[in-house]
Amino acid sequence: MSAAEKIDNAGGPEVYDEGPLYASAAKVYPQKVSGTYRRLKWAILIVCLGLYYILPFVRWDRGPNEPHQSILIDLPHSRFYWFFIEIWPQEVYYFTGILILAALSLFLSNALFGRVWCGYFCIQTVWTDLFLWVERLIEGDRRDRIKLDAAPWSAAKVGKRIAKHGLWLLIAFGTGGAFVLYFADAPTLVAQLFTLKAPLAAYAWIGILGFTTYYLAGHMREQVCVYMCPWPRIQAALTDAEALNVTYRRDRGEPRMSVKEAARARAADKPAGDCVDCAQCVAVCPVGVDIRKGSQLGCIQCGLCIDACDTVMAKIHRPTRLIAYDTDENLKRRARGEKAVYRLVRPRTILYVVVIGVVGSLMLYKLSTRQHIGLSVLHVRAPMYTLAHDGMVRNGYTVRFANKWSEPREFALSIAGPAGATVKSEEADALPDGRLKVRLDPDATLEAEIYVTAPVAAASAGGAPITMTATDLTNGESATVADHFFGP
Amino acid sequence: MATSEKIQVDSVTGQTTTGHEWDGIRELNTPLPRWWLWTFYATILFSIVYWVVYPAWPGISGFTHGLWGQSSRGDVAADVAAIQAQRAVTEAGLKDATVEQIAADKKLLSLALAHGKAAFGEDCAPCHGSGGQGGKGYRNLTNEDWLWGGKFADILQTVTHGIRDYTDKETRQSAMPAFGAMGILKPEQIQQVVSYIRTLSKLAPEQGVDVAAGKQIFADNCAVCHGDDGKGKREFGSANLTDGFQLYGGDVKDLIQTVTYARNSTMPAWGARLDPVTIKTLAVFVHNLGAGE
Repeated sequence: MSAAEKIDNAGGPEVYDEGPLYASAAKVYPQKVSGTYRRLKWAILIVCLGLYYILPFVRWDRGPNEPHQSILIDLPHSRFYWFFIEIWPQEVYYFTGILILAALSLFLSNALFGRVWCGYFCIQTVWTDLFLWVERLIEGDRRDRIKLDAAPWSAAKVGKRIAKHGLWLLIAFGTGGAFVLYFADAPTLVAQLFTLKAPLAAYAWIGILGFTTYYLAGHMREQVCVYMCPWPRIQAALTDAEALNVTYRRDRGEPRMSVKEAARARAADKPAGDCVDCAQCVAVCPVGVDIRKGSQLGCIQCGLCIDACDTVMAKIHRPTRLIAYDTDENLKRRARGEKAVYRLVRPRTILYVVVIGVVGSLMLYKLSTRQHIGLSVLHVRAPMYTLAHDGMVRNGYTVRFANKWSEPREFALSIAGPAGATVKSEEADALPDGRLKVRLDPDATLEAEIYVTAPVAAASAGGAPITMTATDLTNGESATVADHFFGP
Repeated sequence: MATSEKIQVDSVTGQTTTGHEWDGIRELNTPLPRWWLWTFYATILFSIVYWVVYPAWPGISGFTHGLWGQSSRGDVAADVAAIQAQRAVTEAGLKDATVEQIAADKKLLSLALAHGKAAFGEDCAPCHGSGGQGGKGYRNLTNEDWLWGGKFADILQTVTHGIRDYTDKETRQSAMPAFGAMGILKPEQIQQVVSYIRTLSKLAPEQGVDVAAGKQIFADNCAVCHGDDGKGKREFGSANLTDGFQLYGGDVKDLIQTVTYARNSTMPAWGARLDPVTIKTLAVFVHNLGAGE
């Protein structure tokens, strides 16, 4: 439907478009561009992908009984290793903390620079950028690609297509291949993968992630951002008038006219815009939006249109940054003849920074004071207590010790509370001082039934307080748990 | 669309509308991308393939089994077989060790307790309770009131051969006579002996009952199995009457019923039903409930 057929008939008869429910997505052919933001994006891409591929191979010495991989998600043994940090399943709150930090950092980055995550760091953006680079390498720049798509099939076209998809698949399966390396000893797994001795799950995940990478970065591209990703929608709720977003400076650009027309207008002291309507900003856009229409859902704020526009402005000897990281507020301020104001420090960003600081400090505190000894106690409930002979009452407790050291340790368990109480267990050795001794394997837990016996008078139906303390016999580190001692 | 009619266009976006309007806000007609439709078709295709390879459609007397022959029951059987194969390796040590050797080795003990706990929950908990706490007529395994002995070997013997399970030749056997029902003692005598028995556990005798007569009746009829002091004899599995723990209750009413009709409860011989390793782990587990000797 052309623009001529469209008539605004507000107030007219009730008619509506019976157009298609589905439409093919218009293919975007992003043009090559160079400039500050393109260089920044390349740098971030190289760093991110470099880390992704190299990190599994970085070694980290944790002693003889633990894996030597810097980052390892050890699912069979339920351990997560990150350099000097080792996390057990019950310490999963560290991940909660990381997720909270990640969310807050995203909010902060959004309050400062809009969707800077989408434009520079998102895996979809990074891999799409890489895939586009491959496409450009083989099929040429925008015009060549449009021509190639329109051209009938020929040997050359088939060759280019095979080369492109082959390279894409190589990168895609390399991506999936690197991912599984985080779940097993990387050098071993690489050898296994190539000798076809790796676990089936490894091949399955390489297949799944290889396919999604190929499909999402090669074929879906901007459709992921526009239709699949929730972040653009959340972004609308998080951005504000002072956030630096990629902005077309309407006040400077309009009215659009050619260089000559603008020169004439300026000579005649009439309003003249800098935008020459060359549409370079649209041509380079990886999402295919027109930034001159303002902030919009599709825009991932990558800044490539800034580079494209700057190139043109430099050519026509006008000041650069007709498109720039700016705010709508500043457009209004300039229209009013005021100076542009950049307020990166404002209550909202301060609040985010403070909360990030608090959560980060809490996590650091927890991490630095993380105990290597663990003790949990569960009172046996069936029966709550047993009347033993001679006026004694006995309570059973299921005790679990945890040794987070990478070497075997001996712990002593002592009890305090009921008068005249003694403790025994078949799963522990009795020490001369009445305590119990257990020996734990490196990086392991041990469960033991222990029985506390005390005179009936020391117990109560409501539960008399009792504390249990596990002490590391090597360094004296201890953990204490409070429980109850029941009787008739 | 009728060509003569004008098409409503949103003046801000330049997009056509569906004509639906709420409070002056019109719904823009934004067609879904075509790939979305293809994805939908792909899910339909997936479900058709699923019907063919997996069990899917119910019939009158069965269902379509699918080309891959997958079944949840088969999956479970495979999992069970896998876990048994794995256990055969980890529990190899339990097979050759005696119960005492298992108890002396912390690693074997830990393994046996885990195995025993699961087996206890399956086979013993229905009578003895989830934690061995027992109930009326069912022995509380957490106290020291062992009838047949609380050493490893005693427990192993009881679990393997049961109590008064006459399908097993080596079962533990003894029988208390039904003193009342068989006419050995008169109701009044039973009342007297019950009161005496209560005094053994420092419980109050029934008021107005001749306890001295009860003592004599006890010496004549009960002491042969329960001992002169009433502390019971393990070779008969006779109860210790002095500790205040009575399997069927220590009230006058309960005791009168016990003496009149006798109890003689049974426990199955598990040797015929469970494998030797499980039996051993059960003995270890019961011994570890706090009262093992």
